[in-house]
Amino acid sequence: MSKTFTTQTRPITMAILAMGGEGGGVLADWCVDMAERSGYWAQTTSVPGVAQRTGTTVYYLEFFPKLSGQNQEPILSTMAAPGEVDIVIASELMEAGRAVQRGFVSPDVTTFIASTHRVYSMQEKMAMGDGRVDSQVLIDSARSAALTFIAADFAKVAEDAGSVISSALFGALAGSKALPFNREEFMGAIERGGVGVKTSLQAFELGYAQATLALKPPSKAVPVSIGLKPKDAPSANLNALTPEEELAIINDPASAVGSKLKNLAARIKDEFPEASAVMLVNGIKRCADYQDIKYAQVYLDRLLSINSAEAQYGNGTAQVLNEAARYTALWMTYEDTIRVADLKTRRSRFERVGIEAKIKDEQMMQVREFLHPQAEEFADTLPTPIGKWILRTKWVNSLIEAFTRDGIKLQTTSVHGYLTLYFIARLRKIRRRSLRFNLEQGRIDDWIAMINLAIVKNYQLAYEVAESANVIKGYGATHHNGWANFELIMEYVKSNMNKADNSDLASAVAGLRSAALADENGAKLRAILAG
Amino acid sequence: MAERSFAAEVEKLRVGAGEEFLGEGILAVTKALLQSGVAYVGGYQGAPISHLMDVLGDAKEILDELGIHFENSASEATAAASLAASVHYPLRGAVTFKSTVGTNVASDALANLSSGGVTGGALIIVGEDYGEGSSIMQERSHAFAMKSQIWLMDPRPNLTAIVDSVESGFQLSEASNTPVMLQLRLRSCHLHGRFVAKDNVRSKFTLKEALEQPRRATDRIVLPPSSFLHEQEKINTRWPQAVKYIKENKLNEVFSDGTQDFGIIMQGGLYNTVIRALQLLGLSDVYGNSKVPLYILNVTYPIVGDEVIEFAKSKKSVLLVEEGQPDYIEQNIHAVLRRGDVPTKLHGKDFLPPAGEYTPAAVVKGLLEFLRKYAPELVDENNLPALVRPSGDKPNSLTTTIPAEVVHGRPPSFCTGCPERPIFTALKLAERETGSHHISADIGCHLFSILPPFNIGATTMGYGLGTAGASALHDSSSEKKSISFMGDGGFWHNGLTSGIGNAVFNESDGLTVIVDNAYSAATGGQDLLSSTAENKIRSTKHPIEAAVRGIGVKWVKAVHNTYRVSEMRDIMKGALTSKESGPKVIIATSECTLNKQRRIKPEMNRKIKEGKRVVRERFGVDPDTCTGDHSCIRISGCPSLTIAPNPDPMRKDPIAQVLDTCVGCGLCGEAAHAAVLCPSFYRTEIINNPSIWDRMKLATRKAIISRLQNRIESRMAGIYV
Repeated sequence: MSKTFTTQTRPITMAILAMGGEGGGVLADWCVDMAERSGYWAQTTSVPGVAQRTGTTVYYLEFFPKLSGQNQEPILSTMAAPGEVDIVIASELMEAGRAVQRGFVSPDVTTFIASTHRVYSMQEKMAMGDGRVDSQVLIDSARSAALTFIAADFAKVAEDAGSVISSALFGALAGSKALPFNREEFMGAIERGGVGVKTSLQAFELGYAQATLALKPPSKAVPVSIGLKPKDAPSANLNALTPEEELAIINDPASAVGSKLKNLAARIKDEFPEASAVMLVNGIKRCADYQDIKYAQVYLDRLLSINSAEAQYGNGTAQVLNEAARYTALWMTYEDTIRVADLKTRRSRFERVGIEAKIKDEQMMQVREFLHPQAEEFADTLPTPIGKWILRTKWVNSLIEAFTRDGIKLQTTSVHGYLTLYFIARLRKIRRRSLRFNLEQGRIDDWIAMINLAIVKNYQLAYEVAESANVIKGYGATHHNGWANFELIMEYVKSNMNKADNSDLASAVAGLRSAALADENGAKLRAILAG
Repeated sequence: MAERSFAAEVEKLRVGAGEEFLGEGILAVTKALLQSGVAYVGGYQGAPISHLMDVLGDAKEILDELGIHFENSASEATAAASLAASVHYPLRGAVTFKSTVGTNVASDALANLSSGGVTGGALIIVGEDYGEGSSIMQERSHAFAMKSQIWLMDPRPNLTAIVDSVESGFQLSEASNTPVMLQLRLRSCHLHGRFVAKDNVRSKFTLKEALEQPRRATDRIVLPPSSFLHEQEKINTRWPQAVKYIKENKLNEVFSDGTQDFGIIMQGGLYNTVIRALQLLGLSDVYGNSKVPLYILNVTYPIVGDEVIEFAKSKKSVLLVEEGQPDYIEQNIHAVLRRGDVPTKLHGKDFLPPAGEYTPAAVVKGLLEFLRKYAPELVDENNLPALVRPSGDKPNSLTTTIPAEVVHGRPPSFCTGCPERPIFTALKLAERETGSHHISADIGCHLFSILPPFNIGATTMGYGLGTAGASALHDSSSEKKSISFMGDGGFWHNGLTSGIGNAVFNESDGLTVIVDNAYSAATGGQDLLSSTAENKIRSTKHPIEAAVRGIGVKWVKAVHNTYRVSEMRDIMKGALTSKESGPKVIIATSECTLNKQRRIKPEMNRKIKEGKRVVRERFGVDPDTCTGDHSCIRISGCPSLTIAPNPDPMRKDPIAQVLDTCVGCGLCGEAAHAAVLCPSFYRTEIINNPSIWDRMKLATRKAIISRLQNRIESRMAGIYV
């Protein structure tokens, strides 16, 4: 700009968006201290309000050099002007999105430093299914909004250094060279702060390195690699395979299974399309883990009908077969008390809990489960006649209710607690005779039959029917509600499938699926069905 | 003990004459009070002036040295009434609270105070909670100043100006026998800056002298005929005295007059924003050397008519930058110009937004429109700042779009481990059985219940007014009772009488849940009458239950562990289905987790260092039994209970996960039990410095469990690679 608000006479402006407890205030204080030491006027304000209780705080800073012969104090603004913020720091990716939304980030002037990790919003957390926003959309918007974009998982950087994110971001700020202060002046501010100096400086170094990496020519906005792979993008899985790993399984499914499953893996290779190999390999392992090898064989047999329908009516993607394979495996390995006890008693589980609690050598660990078995769950696990008897016999119900009413806290790490769960897990041997086992097998077969009916009419509809199994999840009331929703959707499909025009049916079912996941009691789904 | 300690910062209050004071706005105001020879200070905490109360509390020693009496007032009304000490005695007194909500509460006392007038300077420091970050309704303190004839100061937002206005505020008060209100804007409270200090001053007249030689004067008491006299005095004596003082001492400022045939009038608090807007339009430098005449109202009430006319008469137009609504100042200046027969055109909310905060963006836009009308030659249309630049020529930050659906709101919520969260979990579960109820909310952290995931609460009528807000919703022919919430802060502020006493007297059947977390938590963890902590300067440990019973409630249930969700749910169900008449009160007591963690964390670390056996608890979720339905999150909302990518290769939805920030409050487990959720929750007990007994026990267990785990693994053999 040609007028007075030029680089020579304008203050350096900076906004920090941070959440409570992330040290945004400390970061602002370091900046002020550093600037004042380096011959600058510095001003900071913040709008915390109740934001310290999990909300966002915006810190706004301005710096202006003390010029020789000029005794007047500059007039600094307490609020940011959109498009005029030189440096924006966002401590989290959605906050980075908010900074862009608020117009803080300008492609003319803004050096934009953002951490790519996610602290999920309540809306994302509350969803019955996957409510997460796509990180890549946030990253792309942030990059296109800024002059210079420096992004990395600074939370991870800080954790690696045993420090907090503010130190890593301060390092990135130094590395961005957006402030006229050198590295030593930055580090001096941390040292004078006097709290956690060593770890803060470590995080500072790592943050500095990340920013330097990001600024490497020629591109003005080369993002650094760490954290940018959108692992948490919707539908993506934590343990997603690389294309190379997938290819290895497709070429040789047997390479991905143990000795007892080699035959079934060979069947996958021979009888099923390549596109579903990875899913099926996971499926047989899951079923074998859940029950036995024979159960894994049942799993593959169950999918044969869809396999041939896919060959006849499919489009080469094996989409329907894949989703059917996914949900058949998940449904066949439904979570009964046997399964829960089995999973909770494994060595790998004990190890995982220890890692999560960061148990050190000199510490010891005890684990207590919070279980609330219902009469129904007892009945589910027992042989069908006994199960049915329990369900219809009121006094047995009341007796179980009396014992479990307040829930059971079971210490799995104690001998007694472990043995209890261990023997429940051993009921696996009689699972095939249990009430729920037979119930679920019938339900699965009905659902598969429905997929086969649908695929003849409309491939996409078959996909939606397969995917509908995802509305059944959880335990107790949640599971009941899910099952009720599923039944409503299936009824809808059944009664509309044979209509002359069923071209919109697939998208209608997709709408019903998302309605079923919109609330806890199926209200939205019923409202839509009622028209 | 307040959440934030100013123990280190208060040393700055001793800075002497000529030295530079460097620090936060709140601290600067405290220093200014000491420099002004104040004799007593009171107030009620609330953003943005909570820290002012905390600073004063931490500065006890310095206040004692100067003989200053400091009170944590029971309410803003108490604080305002305490200024009565300045009515007859030449004592300077100051009180502080948030505005406008605190001013609402204080207004009875303020009206009486300003009717009779004051002898000693009386300063009311209001923290103006307006605009971004505000937690209250958007109103103006200006109205209170006008209705009671209290002079209102709104200094420029820099520490020197603010500190000066404290001192001139006292002088103005004394010169006109009128209380003065000093408006501190939200950002000014948290503003880091500097000023040159003066020495602290002891009050010449002391409280002791006042007590020992009491004075009275009937004509200062608000009763007829004096009250009629007061009204005349306000207009005919005190107002002219105030105007005289303001003019003589140049409290308002004029800059760059004569440079243009138009000008800008503004509230002092908006000065920096206006300068920034002028800078962006190329009409000022960074030091505020403006190319446009400026008249700055550091006193926004009363408006000094002569000054306005003097500034306006030589100009064809002036732009008034007045934040908030209604446009009191604009109306006032219109009247001044009309009466003075000055033809100058006055603009204000025709160019600037009629409502809402005056951000730099709002002021730049309004100012630009004004300039285009009156001085288009001053506008460099080819060089406009980004925020008013038409899109299409240069990249414009405001045209950069981000899909709205990917940026969610992040409203405040209960902290990790908050003892209030389980109360609402319990209510959600109770309502599953009793059906829904009309729920009246109150002010405090518990108001976060209105937001997801709880979505509980229909109205909130003010601090301590939860029960009062439900008082009309009472019908003996209905089975349903209303439910009200009230915090311990609101209870002591007024809820004991306005809500509980009212319900007893009017024989209401409703249920009131008093959320007692042992602090005034939402305002920063200050102590209250019922706080359980030792407090060296205040009397605590007065139980709410005794007060509730004392006022006549028969049905009282005290719950001393709010984390027991099932117990709380059952008590709520009991209250809602009780056939007993009269109000039902549940007192839900558990310590605020912020304060508790601040207390116990260092203690725990010390004990671990000393080699003592310390057990720390945290919760976890088994990823392989979690089906990703997130029911647990919907009845909790704990920040440490979140979602994570699913480690199961076949599942798509994210699993629930407990972060390392978990403080082991136990709600996850209790809720899983009470709501019959799922078996995925477990509690990990981490034993530091285990005893020999622990070691033996664990060795035995390990031997047995390990064998059985071998057997499980042998079953798994041949499945995985």
